[in-house]
Amino acid sequence: MKTICLYFQIHQPVRLKRYRFFDIGSDHYYYDDFSNEDILRGIADRSFLRANAMLLDLINAHNGKFKVAFSVSGAVLEQLEIYVPEAIDGLKELAQTGCVEFLSETYGHSLSCLYSEDEFKKQVEDHAEKIELLFGKKPKVFRNTELIYSDEIGDMVHRMGYKGMLTEGAKHLLGWKSPNYLYNSVSSPGLKLLLRNMKFSEDIMFRFSNYSWSDYPLTADKFINWINALPESEQLINLFMNYETLGSVQPADTGIFEFFKALPKFALDKAISFSTPSEVLNKLKPVDKISAPYPCSWSGEERDTSAWTGNTLQREALKKLYNIGERVMLCADRRIKQDWIYLQVSDHFRFMSTKYFPGPSVYSPYENAYDAFSNYMNVLSDFITRVNAQYPISIDNEELNALLTTIRNQENTIAKLESDLTKLKKKKAV
Amino acid sequence: MKALMFGWEFPPHILGGLGTASYGLTKGMAMQPDMDITFVIPKPWGDEDQSFLKIIGSCNTPLVWKDVSPEKVRERFGKYMDPQDYYTLRDHIYSDFRYLNTNEFGTIEFSGRYPDNLLEEINNYSIVAGVIARSNNFDIIHSHDWLTYPAGLHAKTITGKPLVIHVHATDFDRSRGNVNPRVYAIEKDGMDNADHIITVSNLTRNIVIEKYHQDPKKVTTVHNAVEPLSPEIEAIQSKKGTKDKVITFLGRITMQKGPEYFVEAAARVLKKTDNVRFVMAGSGDMMNQMIRLAAQRNIADKFHFTGFLKGKQVYEMLKSSDVYVMPSVSEPFGISPLEAMQCGVPSIISKQSGCAEILTNAIKTDYWDIEYMADAMYSIITYPSMFEYLKEEGLKEVNEIKWEYAGQKVRKIYESVMK
Repeated sequence: MKTICLYFQIHQPVRLKRYRFFDIGSDHYYYDDFSNEDILRGIADRSFLRANAMLLDLINAHNGKFKVAFSVSGAVLEQLEIYVPEAIDGLKELAQTGCVEFLSETYGHSLSCLYSEDEFKKQVEDHAEKIELLFGKKPKVFRNTELIYSDEIGDMVHRMGYKGMLTEGAKHLLGWKSPNYLYNSVSSPGLKLLLRNMKFSEDIMFRFSNYSWSDYPLTADKFINWINALPESEQLINLFMNYETLGSVQPADTGIFEFFKALPKFALDKAISFSTPSEVLNKLKPVDKISAPYPCSWSGEERDTSAWTGNTLQREALKKLYNIGERVMLCADRRIKQDWIYLQVSDHFRFMSTKYFPGPSVYSPYENAYDAFSNYMNVLSDFITRVNAQYPISIDNEELNALLTTIRNQENTIAKLESDLTKLKKKKAV
Repeated sequence: MKALMFGWEFPPHILGGLGTASYGLTKGMAMQPDMDITFVIPKPWGDEDQSFLKIIGSCNTPLVWKDVSPEKVRERFGKYMDPQDYYTLRDHIYSDFRYLNTNEFGTIEFSGRYPDNLLEEINNYSIVAGVIARSNNFDIIHSHDWLTYPAGLHAKTITGKPLVIHVHATDFDRSRGNVNPRVYAIEKDGMDNADHIITVSNLTRNIVIEKYHQDPKKVTTVHNAVEPLSPEIEAIQSKKGTKDKVITFLGRITMQKGPEYFVEAAARVLKKTDNVRFVMAGSGDMMNQMIRLAAQRNIADKFHFTGFLKGKQVYEMLKSSDVYVMPSVSEPFGISPLEAMQCGVPSIISKQSGCAEILTNAIKTDYWDIEYMADAMYSIITYPSMFEYLKEEGLKEVNEIKWEYAGQKVRKIYESVMK
């Protein structure tokens, strides 16, 4: 029996404001609140709110046979909490149906997996905590930023106790193999991998409203027939896409909502079920190992990480950012911690991509890559100054860590001694 | 004495140093009581300071006779000139220019910038110069930079008055040697037929003599000067937010200005010390290349780009700086280090710039000598005594470089060619 694993990514970058050289040292607020609110509100109105309502209706209409998974970054959750809290309410309602699974990822939708294991772990833990707080369940399956995966990342994820992970069904991972099976990692066999079916996912994401596509128009009937026509043994169809596909990338007037409304009915008629990633992991057995010596992602024609780390500008920015990471870990200042997360959002680096040169990167608020880079570096430069101002730079990180531990322990010791003292005093009084 | 000057830029709407120099020089010359200057530019904006000279816009000069009422003329040109001037100019149309693309007033449009069809605009400008030359009385013609040489020559042919051309830059400076033959031809023609050539530095004078084959007797250097800062600008405060020292490059980011030497020197300074930031202010066709270079040298967190700065922002930038650097590969004069020194900012300038000939309290280096440049930057930011010395002595020195003196030299040249 075939099953569809439907999963949506919800993420929006925290856009930076125009930050001039003159602002360095005097202005420590980096974000373009107006455009962040404006864009998020727009997407929520066109997409999130409508899609939430639609999915809820579908789950109710099919008595829990329709299932779906979400991965929501911490960065977008924090923005939604401020600007569109009703979107979070919608997700909470979905969570209560029991047919929706929330996945784990890095809090800041960051590239920390490529640069710092400590930071990566911390962000994943923070994110899991946030998800549990909002939706009541600790996430069990991991999904990395933009589906970035390599053997090394797989090992890290497995070490953190995850049994399954989602990634791209990229050609260079699979070779002749089909993405429609469950696999496991070659270096950590305990980690099962769900691979995105690139063709079917992108038929919906990108080609749905494309008049020049030979299969236009795409109907639910036709789509399910394609899935049904797959060989009997191919049991798992992973449809992973952005939540914005519903209503924003594919506007409502393309009929995208009607397509999704009809999808479960046609699928269930053909005895194709829906599953969440956790259910898939329980139901199916891995058929083979997947090896990924180099990181892959779901981005671009190359399906690699070149959209974020492809050129000198991006590598310089990332290097400078993660160089300060250890120091930030030691800081206790809440604003620094918050900025640290927001500055890691992967989109900042995508805006610096020169793949589409001389024009700007997709959805970039900047004129071109150089503009994005200069602005980001100005912000980062102010941030680095703030971090360095916390503790004297002359003390190296290890020494500082030792000192801080001593100081913190001192507090504990004092507290303990004081409580002992009061106890003894009470005793004496008695 | 009456002078008819042809220029291309005039403050406040300027694109480069030419406008600043034109303004300073005319203002300095106007201090001579009997000096009367008429200044022609392609397109006035109406907010130019006309208290010491008269501005005529080429775009406001009729080439085709049109019957227009005084009210309409006043409405259209009142901002720029006396409506009567329009009729005077109209009376001096000397040929049939109906083939040109003129409007209802018989005038042609000028961008007043450096557009792609620059040569066409230069040609139109010299046609208009014919009308202006016929309708004005003057003793001498003075053309600023190659764009206006054809106009000056035209005026000379019509009136027989002597022509002085003022070389603010040559194409050898702008192109690092790869001259555009058409520009060279216009420059050479202007120099060959001028009665006297004024250059802004000995560096330029040598180029004019060697590359344009001019008789050294015909070429005189009159160094540029600098306007005293207005109280408004004096009052601008530093906007520097960081504790770090700031080293600034300010100008067009183009080949002529040698921006890459600044980046390389910055990388060397940052290896030695951490409490310094570098700013590259301005824009230009090498900006992206410089951003990439800074990233390659791993100094992007300490190396900042501001984009194009205008008006007051320039002074904000200067006042926020601790060192000013001009590593130009070939700079005919370069007024900006003088402006930096007025703001009390020590300057490092390349020996290949004209202003190096007259400045003593600035550090001079070959533009390619990045080691020396880095060394100088490091010394100024590290040793307070050096900073203070250059700051105070530089200020004293620059206060003595006045346009008034430059104006007197030009006057002497006028008198010698009129003999």
